[in-house]
Amino acid sequence: MTSTDFSIVLPEVLLAVYGMAALLFAVYTGKDKLSGLVTWLTAAVFVIVALWIGLGGQGSRVAFGGLFIDDAFSRFGKVGVLLAGAAVLVMSHDFLEKRGFAKFEYPILLLFSTIGMMVMVSAGDLMSLYLGLELMSLSLYVIASFRRDNVKSTEAGLKYFVLGSLSSGLLLYGSSLIYGFSGTTSFAGIISVVQGNVPLGVLFGLIFVMTGLAFKVSAVPFHMWTPDVYEGAPTPTTAFFATAPKLAAMGLFARVLFDAFGGVPGDWQQVLAVIAVASMFWGAFAGIGQTNIKRLMAYSSITHMGFALMGLAAANAEGVQSAMVYMAIYVAMNIGAFAFIMTMERDGKPVTDLSALNLYWRVSPTKALAVLVLFFSLAGVPPMLGFFAKFSVLMAAWNAGLTWLAIFGVIASVIAAFYYLRVVYYMYFGSEVEPLDNTKSPVAVLLLMVSALIMLVGIVNMFGVDGMAAIAADALVK
Amino acid sequence: MVGLEHYLTVAAALFVIGIFGLFLNRKNIIIILMSIEMILLSVNINLVAFSSSTVGLGDLTGQIFTMLVLTVAAAEAAIGLAILVSFFRNRGTIDVEDVNVMKG
Repeated sequence: MTSTDFSIVLPEVLLAVYGMAALLFAVYTGKDKLSGLVTWLTAAVFVIVALWIGLGGQGSRVAFGGLFIDDAFSRFGKVGVLLAGAAVLVMSHDFLEKRGFAKFEYPILLLFSTIGMMVMVSAGDLMSLYLGLELMSLSLYVIASFRRDNVKSTEAGLKYFVLGSLSSGLLLYGSSLIYGFSGTTSFAGIISVVQGNVPLGVLFGLIFVMTGLAFKVSAVPFHMWTPDVYEGAPTPTTAFFATAPKLAAMGLFARVLFDAFGGVPGDWQQVLAVIAVASMFWGAFAGIGQTNIKRLMAYSSITHMGFALMGLAAANAEGVQSAMVYMAIYVAMNIGAFAFIMTMERDGKPVTDLSALNLYWRVSPTKALAVLVLFFSLAGVPPMLGFFAKFSVLMAAWNAGLTWLAIFGVIASVIAAFYYLRVVYYMYFGSEVEPLDNTKSPVAVLLLMVSALIMLVGIVNMFGVDGMAAIAADALVK
Repeated sequence: MVGLEHYLTVAAALFVIGIFGLFLNRKNIIIILMSIEMILLSVNINLVAFSSSTVGLGDLTGQIFTMLVLTVAAAEAAIGLAILVSFFRNRGTIDVEDVNVMKG
């Protein structure tokens, strides 16, 4: 009974125990001298747990009376989140050390937020949804303001905190309405009550919950925090924001919509489609005028979230599969892009101006080529993996009868291509400026190259992600 | 006789006041933190009213949920104040209008 429950949540429990032990150990011994050790150890633990969950898990199990679900969908999300977290950890250490901010709390905070994300994608109840989301968010608020002597970083943390708390409040208000008018907080209970006609209170609750989740995935019109937080937060933190939490929040979005409201897709499909169109277009247009590469990546992620939501809006297994494939590819691309942004420096100081990239190919032809591949992939240019990501969500929307949505998606992706291609243009044909340093940061450069290589080699069979996403989607959409 | 709708009305009023406090307030960030607390407390009233055995569903889930929300709200307030203190140290002010280093 209880022992089976605990065996199901064992990965999360072990990670939490490891986090607390590492915290205590580092505090009582070398403190920040151990930050390198803790970083690499945490990344190793992430990879081990990801392998354990990915290879060992099978079937669909429920723990603690429906609070926690372990199925193919949650395993897909967890493996993605853990691997993204490990990649961000190892590439950020060099950056933080150079700036004198390699503190041992950083990997541990990142670990706690990752546990929160694992709970999110496994949530089977409004309570575990809320606790997972808060565990993630509270850790993220802290790592956004991690450079606490820097006015931009603390301002980013403050903005993220205020708007993140507002979104949690909206989500919670929605949860309370759903609980009150359906009589239960568990997704399994809600879906059995909500069939056919939805009580008005539950419908209100659903809209509030969707609003809260749209904040977390930074979908328009709840995106206003994204550019400021991306710009102000330290670059490793921004890299993390753009990858794992987005994947987890999208997983949670799908979890709530299909596990709790799968019986009434008509009530949320249109809302999701409108949010998707708004995100795609706003991200595409507002990104054009940006001069800071981190702000550009913020608008890029808003556009990408619009595409992933388009997959969910299809409201069937094909749609969920395409959204999950999209998220996996998006995370892989962004890790490479941010690995590059971390190496952008002049005289040892980080630079985020787009104009600094002028004629970058003279500094380092290989890195410039890798960035070219990645930005083509982000734009969705055909031979790269990013195109197949976009293609699968467009097909899902088309097959689900959302023809207008697919057409808008194509138009938005053409508009967004402008600012990705402009970065490549600067690198190869720009004007003369003081060049960037050819930074030696082996881990970040390695991840940049690997990510670019994945975008090229992945088109053969997508490393099986497609099939795994299909299994995950089938587990979610019954 | 006080019924469920009365509790829900109070909670909805608190919730809306909290939201307005967040957006209309132009003075002080502390007021924003207070507004956030108010939003969370309005949710607690909702949950307790729904779980009440006289006017609501008569099960304990809502009350358990309330305890969890209270705990998380405390942690959230602590983190919010900590971020606010480090912001104040850098900027020397906590006026809402001065949170403007980044724009666009």
